[in-house]
Amino acid sequence: MLHRYPKRVSIIMLVLTALVALFPLWGPALFGARSDFVLEQLTLMLILALFAMSLDLLVGVVGLVSLGHALFFGLGAYTLALASPDFSPASLWWMLPLVMLVSAVVALVVGFLVIRTKGIFFIMTTLAFGQMLYYLVSTSPYTGGTDGVFIMFRPSVAVGDTLLLDMDNPLTFFYFCLGTLIVGYVFLRWLTRSYYGQVLDGIHDNEHRMEALGYATASYKLIAFVIAGVMAAIAGMLAAMQYGFANPAQLGWHTSGEVLMMVILGGMGTIFGPILGAFAFEILLHTYEHLTTHWPILMGITIILAVLILPKGIAGLIIAPPGRDALMKSPLLRWFNRRGQAGSAAVKSSKPAAKSSKPAAQSKEG
Amino acid sequence: MTAAEQITPLIEAKGLHTYYGESHILHGVDLTLMPGETLSLLGRNGMGKTTTLKSILGFVPPREGEVRIKGESTVRRRPWQLIRQGIGYVPEGRGIFPGISVREHLIMAARPNERGESPWTLERVLDTFPRLGQRINHDGSFLSGGEQQMLSIGRALTLNPDLMILDEATEGLAPLIRDEIWKIIHEIKASGIATIIVDKNIDNLLEVAEKHILLVKGEVVYSGGAQGLKDDPTILETHLGVA
Repeated sequence: MLHRYPKRVSIIMLVLTALVALFPLWGPALFGARSDFVLEQLTLMLILALFAMSLDLLVGVVGLVSLGHALFFGLGAYTLALASPDFSPASLWWMLPLVMLVSAVVALVVGFLVIRTKGIFFIMTTLAFGQMLYYLVSTSPYTGGTDGVFIMFRPSVAVGDTLLLDMDNPLTFFYFCLGTLIVGYVFLRWLTRSYYGQVLDGIHDNEHRMEALGYATASYKLIAFVIAGVMAAIAGMLAAMQYGFANPAQLGWHTSGEVLMMVILGGMGTIFGPILGAFAFEILLHTYEHLTTHWPILMGITIILAVLILPKGIAGLIIAPPGRDALMKSPLLRWFNRRGQAGSAAVKSSKPAAKSSKPAAQSKEG
Repeated sequence: MTAAEQITPLIEAKGLHTYYGESHILHGVDLTLMPGETLSLLGRNGMGKTTTLKSILGFVPPREGEVRIKGESTVRRRPWQLIRQGIGYVPEGRGIFPGISVREHLIMAARPNERGESPWTLERVLDTFPRLGQRINHDGSFLSGGEQQMLSIGRALTLNPDLMILDEATEGLAPLIRDEIWKIIHEIKASGIATIIVDKNIDNLLEVAEKHILLVKGEVVYSGGAQGLKDDPTILETHLGVA
């Protein structure tokens, strides 16, 4: 895995970015009065995309499946909420470094302990730490218990007395989140292709081998854990700004599980995949919520189908569009095929029709 | 031997007892290797040869016994720290990373030794393995098995080690390629690097190594020079099934 992708990845990502960025132009025409609500949802998706991307550094790049990543998301939210003054906006110039510092210190401590474990034990210990913070904030009087903490004013971005960015303006905040996501993406792309990122790839492939070559793999993993934690905390801070409160639900295992699903849905280890995963997950969620009250069932089925049909996620579909042969190897389609063949020889006429379907171009770059 | 004459052994392992979970693999293995020496680890499959190597390097720390590398205890030290004391480890299975070139493999781990010297430059490795030079820009995963093995050995040499550990370096290779690898092992030995070799080709081992350790069910049943094995062919016959 060298994180070099075919050109169409950049093209698709640029087009999608432009589409999202230009939403204020086409949104009102399409959604009418609901346009403001959609803008809000888009902002949330951008924040979740940043969150999912940070988890991908751990899960996809280093190969550490964390089920406690919401710890940092919630930590970012609570740090902002608790540090904000009650009757005036905090300054983002202070809040951002504070959130980064707090999350880095916590990630260093938690990481130091969990990085020694592997596989299922890593999953369980990260889950345990996530739940520890969850119960701490939901029972402590200082953090408002299950009600959480409200943020009365969004932090301001000012130089001297002039307000640079009015975060209370939804459109400004939307662009701020978009900008943060782009910065985060460029950073992670640079990181994964750097020398450090190559060592992480090596650890993913074979940690023993990297150690046998004299690499202090534990330190490399710990640094990745801290970077991922800090990015997740920034996403959590943005989420708290968006909602106007920090809530225990933001750091429960449920949130950790959801973000993991976004990463899997989008395509692990690709950095751009989880962005698409976050958007796809949220769009599916809203669609299903409107269809039925039992939407989690539909969501679960969709995720299972996605894993069966697209083991490399949406990103895999873009990097190497499957050819006919690859499609036939999918367990689900094989199952359908077997059913079809067992079902009847009478539907022979359908076979030539299937053959004529155009095989998608096999990509060389994949 | 007086204290003044005594040279610190490169590796000194005493009474190693190693477990995988509950299964007791090594039952008190002793092993000493002096600088520049070549040692062969003999034994059938599953007798603890690889486990002995992994215990020495800290990948599977022994529950009892102690390992000293250049006189320093290895307790609570991570494998990468031990490797940096001057060990080039070529584990079973080659471990070539897909997606990076031969040149990148030979650069990725290169590091001067503890004394700050780098005798094994990229050029010297390529001189030793002319085949790698021909494929310098190829993706590591596109090499043949023998070439991958050479790359793995070459990569370990770029760490400028005082000790090379070769675990099944000729396994599954064509006879011609095998000969080439054995030739290289002789060259490594001639350059003054100590070696521990695990292999199935007894004849080659008897030829290259001064010291032999025969493991049976995690216990050392023979430890000494080649002469002892030649004098008493029943040892190899009983424990390896070769004459």
